[in-house]
Amino acid sequence: MNLQVFLLLAAALFAVGLYGALSQQSIVMVMMGLELMINGILVAGAAFWFHIAPGTADGQVLVLVAVTVMALEMAMGFAVVTALFRSRDVDVTDEAGDLRG
Amino acid sequence: MQTVVFWVLAVAAVGFGVAVFVVDSMARATFALLASFLCVGGELLLLDLNYLGVLVVLMMIMEMLVMAVFMIMYMMNPGGLMPMTMVHNRRAALTISIAVFAAMAAGVLLTPWPHRRGAVPHDPAFSLGEAIMGPKMLVMMVIGIAILATMIGSVVLATDRGRYDRPPGRDGGAA
Repeated sequence: MNLQVFLLLAAALFAVGLYGALSQQSIVMVMMGLELMINGILVAGAAFWFHIAPGTADGQVLVLVAVTVMALEMAMGFAVVTALFRSRDVDVTDEAGDLRG
Repeated sequence: MQTVVFWVLAVAAVGFGVAVFVVDSMARATFALLASFLCVGGELLLLDLNYLGVLVVLMMIMEMLVMAVFMIMYMMNPGGLMPMTMVHNRRAALTISIAVFAAMAAGVLLTPWPHRRGAVPHDPAFSLGEAIMGPKMLVMMVIGIAILATMIGSVVLATDRGRYDRPPGRDGGAA
């Protein structure tokens, strides 16, 4: 396996996640789409580390940051859904378009 | 052997990723996402990232179990007893994501990637630990602050009480 096939895998995961984030109505499903996109970033970061610059740990640090971002995104997302659900009984994006510009 | 494992895991990762948005039940979608993450953890193991691979596997198992609880709390149809589609603007989303994939694939295949510099260290986890305790410590500190901010922020958002406790007359709030 070379760098390209890993990056193609990352691109495929990212694209599937993007489809989910754009098309799903339920906020929790949107968050799942975002998680899949970050999943692709994990693969890309690890592949770059292994195939381009394994001598330094920069790529590994990037993967660590991406994993953390994924967990934090989920925690904040659920907190926002909880607040929204508590005040309005809403769990789909179409009914929470107050900030639509 | 490694090539076979790579392709099996890659196809499974993308396949489970697609399944997340195809299956009828929220709980099944959560576990499909978990399976996709486990496949990616396996890919990291293939790249000699033993520590990060295992970290992804363990973290995602916990995360998806928490997610499954939330799913069942919020969602109608958690068990998938009836068909469910909750999508808007499906065609545009499909077009955009296919276009993005095509653009990224073209970039991946056409870019002249640099040659490898340096060798894979004997123990990548050790070099990662050295990095985050040395030159990359700022990253670790920012991550720590971000986690703390997230803990505070999510509790503040999720709690029922505002600055002046509960609204008057509700759930034992002072009338």
